[in-house]
Amino acid sequence: MTLTPELQRKLIQAVASCMIEHADELVALDQAIGDGDHGLNMKRGFEAVLADLDKIAALPTSEALKAVGMALVMKVGGASGPLYGTLFMSFGKALPEDLTVAGIAEAFASAVDAVKARGKSDVGAKTMLDVLAPLVQVLRSGGPDLPNRLRVRATEAAAATVPMKATRGRASFLGERSIGHMDPGARSSELITHAILTALTAS
Amino acid sequence: MSENVGIVIVSHSPDVARGAADMVRQMVGSDVPLAWCGGAPGGGLGTSVEAILAAIDQAWSESGVAILVDLGGAETNSEMAIEMLPEERRARIVICDAPVVEGAVMAGTEASAGSTLEEVRHTAEELRAH
Repeated sequence: MTLTPELQRKLIQAVASCMIEHADELVALDQAIGDGDHGLNMKRGFEAVLADLDKIAALPTSEALKAVGMALVMKVGGASGPLYGTLFMSFGKALPEDLTVAGIAEAFASAVDAVKARGKSDVGAKTMLDVLAPLVQVLRSGGPDLPNRLRVRATEAAAATVPMKATRGRASFLGERSIGHMDPGARSSELITHAILTALTAS
Repeated sequence: MSENVGIVIVSHSPDVARGAADMVRQMVGSDVPLAWCGGAPGGGLGTSVEAILAAIDQAWSESGVAILVDLGGAETNSEMAIEMLPEERRARIVICDAPVVEGAVMAGTEASAGSTLEEVRHTAEELRAH
């Protein structure tokens, strides 16, 4: 399977509008345990992606993902730029031409590993990785009803960051006080996952 | 005589970056290539990969460049910027694990003595031990 430029356009628009719409919510989450810029940074990054929408949507999927990643790296301004930028760029780099669930799963797994390396972090530190890594497992397991299982897992995984104590990122400065708040990066990963799945299943 | 190591200051705040650079200049005059950047692309607190690349270029020295960063995003964005450079430059850039203001002043002072990149980094990072 390959993605048409029209579907790519829809997917990029869905993710970008979702980040722009949820900017205030992400700011509020980040104000609780970080520096409060996550929502605005993601909004700025995806506005830059939208500014190049025509060009990006027309690229082969792997190149389109790399272009989205590069826009985030250059425009976000916070750590989420290189982190999400690395996720998209590495995903694009590893994506096979013929898209199969198994191929997507392995490409996504390598992208999540690249985020771990970029952020010098891993699962359990109350970060976006706490949503992304469980999604790798669901993708690898394949099987029926995959979009719905991914959606549910993303929501559960983001919620599971609430009782965690942050050990990486600005929230780690708060130590115990980071407990009781959802991690903003985990929430943005959940939102992006949902936006992609909604656009895919509606097509 | 080889060039002195260059110093790049990366802060989320342009005011902090500029102020730290002023302090380095006061210590070392114009003996050390020095550049700073601060602020997100388009303004506001944050750091910009593009601005970091430009600062590295501005402070470039054949002896290498030591980067001083303030908080997480400045480090991650600096690492990203370094990776985007050609291989021969990448190997001559270090990010110092040191407080941005004191580290920049210490690194600048060490660099002005003609020290190597490793010595400059070491001196900045000694601050961590105190």
